[in-house]
Amino acid sequence: MSAPVGRTTPTGSFAAAVAAARSDGELVVQPRMGFPTVAQMGAGLKAVHGTSARTVGTITLDSYTRVGDHASAARALERDEELNGFPIVAHGGRTTREMIAAAGAGDFAIQVRHGSPLPLGIVQALIDAGLDATEGGPVSYCLPYSRTPLVEAVDAWARSCEVLAEQVPGAHLESFGGCMLGQLCPPSLLVALSVLEGVFFRRHGLRSISLSYAQQTSFPQDVAALAALRRLAGEYLGDTDWHVVLYTYMGVFPRTVPGAQALLRESARLAALTGTERLIVKTAAEAHRIPTIEDNVHALETASEAARTATATPADRPDEGEAEEIHAEARDMVEAVLELHRDIDRAIPAAFARGYLDVPYCLHADNAQRTRSHIDSRGRLRWSSVGRMPVRSAPGGTAASVGADELLGMLSHVQNTFDRAALDPAASPEALPAAGRIRQETK
Amino acid sequence: MSAAAPAVITPEPLPDTTGPRRVLVSSVSSDSHTWNLVFLQLLIEEYGHTVVNVGACVPDELLIAECRRHRPDMVVISSVNGHGHLDGRRLIARLRAEPDLADLPVVIGGKLGTRGAEGGGHTRALVEAGFDAVFEDSVGIGEFRRYLAAPDTRALRTAGSAAPAL
Repeated sequence: MSAPVGRTTPTGSFAAAVAAARSDGELVVQPRMGFPTVAQMGAGLKAVHGTSARTVGTITLDSYTRVGDHASAARALERDEELNGFPIVAHGGRTTREMIAAAGAGDFAIQVRHGSPLPLGIVQALIDAGLDATEGGPVSYCLPYSRTPLVEAVDAWARSCEVLAEQVPGAHLESFGGCMLGQLCPPSLLVALSVLEGVFFRRHGLRSISLSYAQQTSFPQDVAALAALRRLAGEYLGDTDWHVVLYTYMGVFPRTVPGAQALLRESARLAALTGTERLIVKTAAEAHRIPTIEDNVHALETASEAARTATATPADRPDEGEAEEIHAEARDMVEAVLELHRDIDRAIPAAFARGYLDVPYCLHADNAQRTRSHIDSRGRLRWSSVGRMPVRSAPGGTAASVGADELLGMLSHVQNTFDRAALDPAASPEALPAAGRIRQETK
Repeated sequence: MSAAAPAVITPEPLPDTTGPRRVLVSSVSSDSHTWNLVFLQLLIEEYGHTVVNVGACVPDELLIAECRRHRPDMVVISSVNGHGHLDGRRLIARLRAEPDLADLPVVIGGKLGTRGAEGGGHTRALVEAGFDAVFEDSVGIGEFRRYLAAPDTRALRTAGSAAPAL
């Protein structure tokens, strides 16, 4: 289904690593790891490379580098101050390249993760360092985390894609579009945004692309969403090399270690049962502190083992027609956007301006803020109101009222479900009633 | 909720009407979190007020400009990244230095430091810097609810006899 068709460019190291694992029937697991110094980051890469799990490496950048403040990053390095990631621009291409070689990771596929709406400097730095993979997108790294106008992010991402595609044959770019705000974004919009960013990457020259989806509140609904994503990707990106990457739950994480581990294992099982090629893990330490190298290695091995031993249960199965409904909804969104303008750089901002794309609870000035979502009594994410989005089977009009307490309940729904199950071994997450304050389905 | 010292400084009640007021919700310059701001918007709206949500990563100059543009009856600053005590002190000094904003009710809350509830928190320093009230995370949201609900809450009362149209 996702076999590359008509691929003419050579495959880069990252895409090749994922393709090799796919043909071996193995899930690729990946950390989100970033440390400030060469010694720490090199040790992290070495440890991830050396684990028994099938891994690719990650270099996550710090917040100063993300916003282009490389002077502050360099100053923090000089003064031996804490940074929350690896300042690749301040270290420079040669140092980074030497670090990777010294870690014995020269043949190791590594992705640079950052979070920047204006990534050109970062893309140039990773090319200088000899790397060929990164992630983000004009929507997914603009709306949730910045005040940058969407049109500026679109321009910057267009140029960055072109630089990457021209200078690095086989370069791989992942859309972060399936992770919007981490939680409470209904699956159809996550699928649509991921595919739209994939189409954007393709239009700007990339031929090796991954599409993301973040684990949400319901296993069967996630199974349906991943099937819908795969089908829609095949329809729009059929002539590129593409794969799907799943993120372990990105919202409020369980506080108990067994709860956190159960959630991680569920995400690995979800990846395995849906044929997802790559999984980005979270650690059991997540709710309490910044994970260490050991925390990361442990999470990678736990996830890998859970994927290898995954079995399906009847409770995993989506409802009849559930995947088709998510696919149709996402396809309607993608088509409505692409019909606005032949140039996707114009179509995406126009779609947000008109509210055809509208991320619930996203405060960015370019987001229409007419949509709301909720968790239903079966734990599935639903639209409460769809604003002007082209969604047919959901309530329209203006934002329905979601109370403050209800919002808190929804934000901690997954945390509560997995913590409760961990404290009561007799209860499985599936058997539990939905946590938090759950509203009735609106008709 | 912890037994922390009361964080709310209650000024003299102003003799006037209550009713729907305009509240500006904002984060500080270094903080990109938004779920806290969404929650506060819903909470304040439940008390019948209108909310302008300025969002995350708000530079001091932008907050000052938004205060002039919307003329809110109260400003609620929320930060959860641990730098709120630093960003908040700088921000309120800037704001209080503007003559037309010197008396604007401004409160701050959230995870304001990196050390949790330990060491008495940052309430006193932030009040001395110019905030009308401080709601540290360790105290819980209950204090803020009581503040919103209090009939003599200075921030949510009108100084003049005619309530401005919202």
